[in-house]
Amino acid sequence: MMQRRPHEGMEIDGFTLGEKLHTGGFATIWAVTHQDHDLPMVMKVPTIMDGYDGPTIVGFEVEQMIMPRLSGPHVPKVIATGGFDVMPYIVTELIDGGSFLSVFQKAPLPLSDVIEIGARMVAAVADLHRQHVIHLDLKPENFLQRKTGEMVLVDYGLSRHDRLPDLLAEEFTIPMGTYPYIAPEQYLRCRDDPRSDLFALGAMLYALATGRNPWGTPETLRGVRKRLWRDPEPPRAIRPEVPEWLQEIILRALSVDPMRRYQTAGQLAFDLSHPQQVALTARAHKVKRDGWLAVFDRWRVMRKIRRFTVPSSVAAQLASVPIIVVAVDLSPQGERLAEVLLRAVKRMLILEPDARIACVNVIKTARIGIDQGTDDQGNNLHVLRLVQLKTWAAGIELPDHRLTYTVLEGSDPGQAILDYATANEVDHIMMGARGHSTTRRYLGSVSAQVVAEAHCSVTVIRLPERREADERQPLPERDAAPA
Amino acid sequence: MRIAVLTDIHANREAFEAVLSDIGAHGVDRMALLGDIVGYGADPEWCCDRAAALVAEGAICVRGNHDNAAAGAAEAMSPLAKRALDWTSARLSAGQKSFLGNLPLTANAEAVLFVHASANRPEEWSYVTSDSRAAPSFRACGARVILCGHVHVPLLASCDIGGVVREQAFRSGLPIPLLSSRRWLAVVGSVGQPRDGVAQAGWALLDTTQGELTFRRTAYDVVAAARKVREAGLPEELAVRLLVGR
Repeated sequence: MMQRRPHEGMEIDGFTLGEKLHTGGFATIWAVTHQDHDLPMVMKVPTIMDGYDGPTIVGFEVEQMIMPRLSGPHVPKVIATGGFDVMPYIVTELIDGGSFLSVFQKAPLPLSDVIEIGARMVAAVADLHRQHVIHLDLKPENFLQRKTGEMVLVDYGLSRHDRLPDLLAEEFTIPMGTYPYIAPEQYLRCRDDPRSDLFALGAMLYALATGRNPWGTPETLRGVRKRLWRDPEPPRAIRPEVPEWLQEIILRALSVDPMRRYQTAGQLAFDLSHPQQVALTARAHKVKRDGWLAVFDRWRVMRKIRRFTVPSSVAAQLASVPIIVVAVDLSPQGERLAEVLLRAVKRMLILEPDARIACVNVIKTARIGIDQGTDDQGNNLHVLRLVQLKTWAAGIELPDHRLTYTVLEGSDPGQAILDYATANEVDHIMMGARGHSTTRRYLGSVSAQVVAEAHCSVTVIRLPERREADERQPLPERDAAPA
Repeated sequence: MRIAVLTDIHANREAFEAVLSDIGAHGVDRMALLGDIVGYGADPEWCCDRAAALVAEGAICVRGNHDNAAAGAAEAMSPLAKRALDWTSARLSAGQKSFLGNLPLTANAEAVLFVHASANRPEEWSYVTSDSRAAPSFRACGARVILCGHVHVPLLASCDIGGVVREQAFRSGLPIPLLSSRRWLAVVGSVGQPRDGVAQAGWALLDTTQGELTFRRTAYDVVAAARKVREAGLPEELAVRLLVGR
């Protein structure tokens, strides 16, 4: 087992080791070159103690199993892996932007940076969850940045791929993770809940906003366990300029019971990008930690808890709380269609009881020239549309925190809807299609464009159309019923 | 190379045919049958002839305890298995019995060991039902992958660098990477008489190039197979077993 140790100048499977870039607790990182691969690369080699070093080996096996199965901008591209017979390694592309540890060391950050960095971190985690992987060790060091701005998640040694065997399941008897960010259910040794990553994101958002970790830096498991009943100092108590909506988001992500957290990274991202529409609860206004009586009550319950309810799979969890965009036509010609669309949305909510509905309306702007933001009477068009949209959406009868309203502007309404859906990682679009007219046939309809180009499911609602035949021929008169 | 692995067909023609047609749709390079082609089910002759034809085309095939008993060897068996076997023996021709009796106990190909039951002393037909029962197989051979049957309940175990054998949870239908740092043992369900509560034929697809194993299930006409068991006068329990998969 492991016949060779890495060193500068070493050659293995065509790779030549250059400078040692990093020495971590469980591995070293080396710059490497290869004549067939013309890109900057790094090699990660686990530091295996002499004899049998179970945890390090299994962690590295988990990485070797999961990483080649990942793709996209938020994960490093794997070039090659090496077995334990000679020297285990993983070669990936070099992510040159460095880790976020230095950024976190500068916290508290300006609030605009907290939101912007937070949103990019959440996007990376959302992408990972879509690929059936829960990271389970999210911390500043494990977020790198590409030159193009995307966050890249590294270090999958504790991760769980929902569709592969969990080699770590029985390997450890103590909870695994990084203490300041580890979720309560991870403390209880659950490895199947994507919401554990959302807790860690909440802890990092807290740190970015306040400059502190929500529960400090515990060094013992006893210290970790406290978060099952003890609430953190509200961010606004540390930094009063933290807006209430951001405190709401952070404290919701840090809920002890996963059911009370954001249910998907997509939901968290959605709130970060729609701050004015975050539904504020009591925790948004909290200015100090709960009193000892409340904490004592929680302690009595939590000290006995062994597990929280776990979702059946990562994919099932993502699907359970979809974001549905409803694109509404508020013009007078679209009135009847909007009514039918409303009924369709209500039916959809029977199938998807936990869905979040994002209502959008598009103001079509001219392709060239200056648009007037006001109508002939001088009313602000944007505000008018928003009011109309809210009035329409009241008919859905959904609580406020599950409804949002957005008025988009664009010369190409279909594209505006598509861009909004992509930016917000929407699961489903519902919209109406107007009848068939000659212009529409030649210019194409908005709904057809959305159906053709959307990355998610699209439901198109039409008005029930009367057949031409019906219009031409009067309905046959019914025979009189026999008396 | 993609190898379709079938085991414990147990004279269930409906299940065997359904799996073969599923395999045809997947496209494989080779087939392996891990024994117990006959016993329990109503179509021993057809299954035996089909297996022999596959072997003639290059399929790997090893002998199971029911095959051995049907060929005339003395095997310790449950009363239920014994009744089915007496019925089966009477149906098989001398040629069919000779085919079954002359099958090897183990076969090797592509660094894979194919065997009906536990790989240590294959002739003793030990059941591999847990990681501790998988350990002797790893000790008995050097193969990187061991594929066996006999239990009728799928199981996956790995033997890591330190020699620790652990059962691994998996889901049917999803490719499992057989990490090269470990050795692997899979009990490939049962085509003709699954006992894990799923009344569908179980088999597995091994991709030696990708290093992946997929446990698969194929739906078949369970009702027809059960009806034939009843019509043949075989014990009622055997028909019920097919219907509930247990």
